[in-house]
Amino acid sequence: MASLDRVKVLVLGDSGVGKSSLVHLLCQNQVLGNPSWTVGCSVDVRVHDYREGTPEEKTYYIELWDVGGSVGSASSVKSTRAVFYNFVNGIILVHDLTNKKSSQNLYPWSLEALSKDSSPTGIIVSNGDYDREQFAENSVPLLLIGTKFDQIPENKRNDVLTRTAFLSEDFNAEEINLVIEKRYFTRDPSQVRV
Amino acid sequence: MPFFVDSVIMFTSQVLFFGFGWLFFMRQLFKDYEVRQYVVQVVFSVTFAFSCTMFELIIFEILGVLNSTSRYFHWKLNLYVILLVLIFVVPFYIGYFVVSNIRLCKNNSPKNGNLMKIDSPSDHPSRVGVIGVTLMALLSGFGAVNCPYTYMSYFLRNVTDSDILALERRLLQTMDMIVSKKKRIAMTRRQMYQRGEEQNKQTGFWGMIKSVTSSPSGSENLSVIQQEVDALEELSRQLFLETVDLQATKERIEYSKTFQGKYFNFLGYFFSIYCVWKIFMATINIVFDRVGKTDPVTRGIEITVNYLGIQFDVKFWSQHISFILVGIIIVTSIRGLLITLTKFFYAISSSKSSNVIVLVLAQIMGMYFVSSVLLMRMSMPLEYRTIVTEVLGELQFNFYHRWFDVIFLVSALSSILFLYLAHKQAPEKHMTL
Repeated sequence: MASLDRVKVLVLGDSGVGKSSLVHLLCQNQVLGNPSWTVGCSVDVRVHDYREGTPEEKTYYIELWDVGGSVGSASSVKSTRAVFYNFVNGIILVHDLTNKKSSQNLYPWSLEALSKDSSPTGIIVSNGDYDREQFAENSVPLLLIGTKFDQIPENKRNDVLTRTAFLSEDFNAEEINLVIEKRYFTRDPSQVRV
Repeated sequence: MPFFVDSVIMFTSQVLFFGFGWLFFMRQLFKDYEVRQYVVQVVFSVTFAFSCTMFELIIFEILGVLNSTSRYFHWKLNLYVILLVLIFVVPFYIGYFVVSNIRLCKNNSPKNGNLMKIDSPSDHPSRVGVIGVTLMALLSGFGAVNCPYTYMSYFLRNVTDSDILALERRLLQTMDMIVSKKKRIAMTRRQMYQRGEEQNKQTGFWGMIKSVTSSPSGSENLSVIQQEVDALEELSRQLFLETVDLQATKERIEYSKTFQGKYFNFLGYFFSIYCVWKIFMATINIVFDRVGKTDPVTRGIEITVNYLGIQFDVKFWSQHISFILVGIIIVTSIRGLLITLTKFFYAISSSKSSNVIVLVLAQIMGMYFVSSVLLMRMSMPLEYRTIVTEVLGELQFNFYHRWFDVIFLVSALSSILFLYLAHKQAPEKHMTL
């Protein structure tokens, strides 16, 4: 059982965007009834059959590390959070489609996670400002997930989708927009590659 | 004509204060959130603007700026507006946002949001005054004790890098244990599902018999592991918080070695003496049932004139010194309050509750400023007190000062006790590593 290969994926984003609900949905196949604040980091595991049905089928444990907090946290909280960012195979960036600030905050979140990465291709962080070249050399795959799509009124949906398309281009990431509570609704689906 | 000019000056300054409050809200408080309800920002800025206007009127009183009748009029107007805001507007919006938050959480049909109670309008200033003075005394008591405690490096626990590394290692080990247990749960559930046992959660007599004969890796095993996981998760949360605490202490130690740090350390000693003196004075006031009749300015001048024999123009100097003293009190209390509010707000707010918390903070800020005005009477010479007495009417000022002293003493002593216990407990926690 424990001899299966493991894949560590970080789930990052602002407070209240729905990371814990997302992780619960992916791992328990159930909607989280009473979401509460995540203190520190909460991990959940999903067993995944990579390339199911093909001869190269392999079963992996996907560990989803859901790190709580916000970009404006004190530096002591940030240094403590940094212990979770080692040996990461992939990052899921979650933002709330009804809250523009949470999308903008994804830039500092990704910088925080990637600059602490212990991979030898060190990312140079200048002054916290975003620079697209930094992400071009990035070898860690990113997935962008937008939540609470159903809470956006019908007429604004196109604007929101265009905005998130730009965002995912900036990160060189794949994108999924979904609704946690009612139904699972995906656009441009893609899986986290191992 | 002079009334019109005075009104224009007052109005301009109010607009300036409003702008400052607006900027503070945007740049400091809400810099990580999106402002969706502009009404919250407006209410906060209005409260801030009218509170600052009251302070401005006191300064004008001392300096003798503007016509005295127009000053009186503006005092009354300002007081009514701010009482209206603090007693009706802010609580109404707090109730409104709390109800709408609850509604979003529970998806219920909207309830009737009429939470306003109609009070008698006669004794509003006194009620706001009592609450405000209590709040002020609590904050002063805690602040007077906490300030030297945080400034002085004598109290800083010694934290080394190896302590932090050891704690981080423990945290990661705990996370690894959680992960391995969850892997077992996930794999067991998957196997159960593949064998079609997932739906067979049997209950009742026959179910118990059946589960005895079926394979042991049933749901009981899972619930045991789940309980272990819950305990480990709680442990990981505690370890995380402890590590954050240690990191913060380490940063403070590094800060105390800098020049700024040394300066604050020195200030800390100074403030601790001030704090002890204030506690002593409060005790004396209560025990001997004494209310100070003269303010520090006049008393200081009396001392210098009578004992040191220095003769100077009392009227001239008393005005300037009290202006400076009152000005310093006002500026430091506004600045201190805004900084504390910001820290508090960052610590407890989330994207859902940010509106409610800002409104609660606006309420506290308004009450704090109103009671500052009440208590500032004691710091001003007699001739400037009259306007405050006139405007606020029949209030028992002596009662407020006594009440302030009592609450201050209680708050300071319990803060000392609390900090002592917290300080003692912390090193023992780390000794068990």
